[in-house]
Amino acid sequence: MLKKRIIPCLDIKDGRTVKGINFVGIRDAGDPIELAKQYVAHGADELVFLDITATVEKRKTLVELVTHIAEEINIPFTVGGGINTIEDVSSVIKAGADKVSVNSSAVKNPELITQIANQFGSQCCVVAIDTKFVDGEWMVFVHGGRTATPLKTMDWVKQVEALGAGEILLTSMNNDGTKAGFALDITEEVSKAINIPVIASGGAGTKEHFKTLFETTHASAGLAASIFHYGEIPIPELKNYLIKENIAIRWT
Amino acid sequence: MIAIIKYNAGNIRSVQNALNRLGYDSIITDDKTEILNASKVIFPGVGEASSAMQYLREKGLDEVLLSVKKPMLGICLGLQLMCNYSEEGDTKCLGIFNTQVKKFPPKEKVPHIGWNNFAEVTGDLFNNIDADKDMYYVHSYYAEDNAQSIATCNYILPFATAMQHDNFYATQFHPEKSADVGAQLLKNFLELE
Repeated sequence: MLKKRIIPCLDIKDGRTVKGINFVGIRDAGDPIELAKQYVAHGADELVFLDITATVEKRKTLVELVTHIAEEINIPFTVGGGINTIEDVSSVIKAGADKVSVNSSAVKNPELITQIANQFGSQCCVVAIDTKFVDGEWMVFVHGGRTATPLKTMDWVKQVEALGAGEILLTSMNNDGTKAGFALDITEEVSKAINIPVIASGGAGTKEHFKTLFETTHASAGLAASIFHYGEIPIPELKNYLIKENIAIRWT
Repeated sequence: MIAIIKYNAGNIRSVQNALNRLGYDSIITDDKTEILNASKVIFPGVGEASSAMQYLREKGLDEVLLSVKKPMLGICLGLQLMCNYSEEGDTKCLGIFNTQVKKFPPKEKVPHIGWNNFAEVTGDLFNNIDADKDMYYVHSYYAEDNAQSIATCNYILPFATAMQHDNFYATQFHPEKSADVGAQLLKNFLELE
């Protein structure tokens, strides 16, 4: 049976992880590779690295970092943040990333999705969507959620599937940071409307939230950052719990 | 020396990284002599079948691959290109495995992305790997189950996830991305006589 995936997301700035962590035995919590290896050892099914580096010159650091990550870890990983052109995609894929995620750049230039799919295959094209419930409608936001767009989320997900996206990473801005649970309604609505996998993100605060996500929606994966970084929910504990609750989970 | 086939498909470096982690030297090459002199050949790949086959034919690599006598392992697209035919781009393939590659019917999410276990496994490639272990998959096309299957997986339908014919082996999953279990499978392949 295909397993539901648990995906930690690491924020990277200037080649360093931004958020602190409480793992025992980590010497340098800011070292993305050491943190990534720890997540792999703990049974993460995939990793997402989100680059929040502001300046172009420092983005070279990202490519070097991706090269090292690919050398060190033996599970798939996605790189996102500031990927604007097919050249940006090419540089991180060639450095060893399995997938890239595009967000604002895909809204600005939807053709980028098709370019990625044609050149590197749909499987490596993750479209990240930040969505917010505004006046009775789920809408797409860009630039890290700061800018509203006229796009309705349900229209955009169908469009990106048609353009060649391989997966959708759906973050509910209403839920993100609340630790009150995933946005089950929009996650399921999106999941039913398209035939590519949906990764749910935003709102995870407890183990039960993952159980509810997988029991009540067709999401293929759950992504979270802070609860893993700060060791609030260790991945082995989460996976143990989900297995006991009869959710299909990979046990290592 | 282990030869990793260089062609217009992605993810080739990942295989080399995995071999490095296991302590094996390898070269990424499209040179006939280097490929035929290698102790093992790995034919990886993520990409599209018809453009990959066209590239292999233009470079004469199709004939080279068919004449490999040492153990050869196809991975993902590599497995599909070692079959008779692929529906993807209506492509005649290498014909090492007597089966066809078809697109998954859209009864569940396609691509099949993520970790999945086996229905059955057999043979040396799966030494110390139980059927309940998960490997990492990412594909929209599958090889039909057939007499050369050494492992099957269920997704939408049962399909051939590993095959063997003489010195030719192939896996649909990505051992190079399948954590320690995947590394075990690569080790098993590298230790074949």
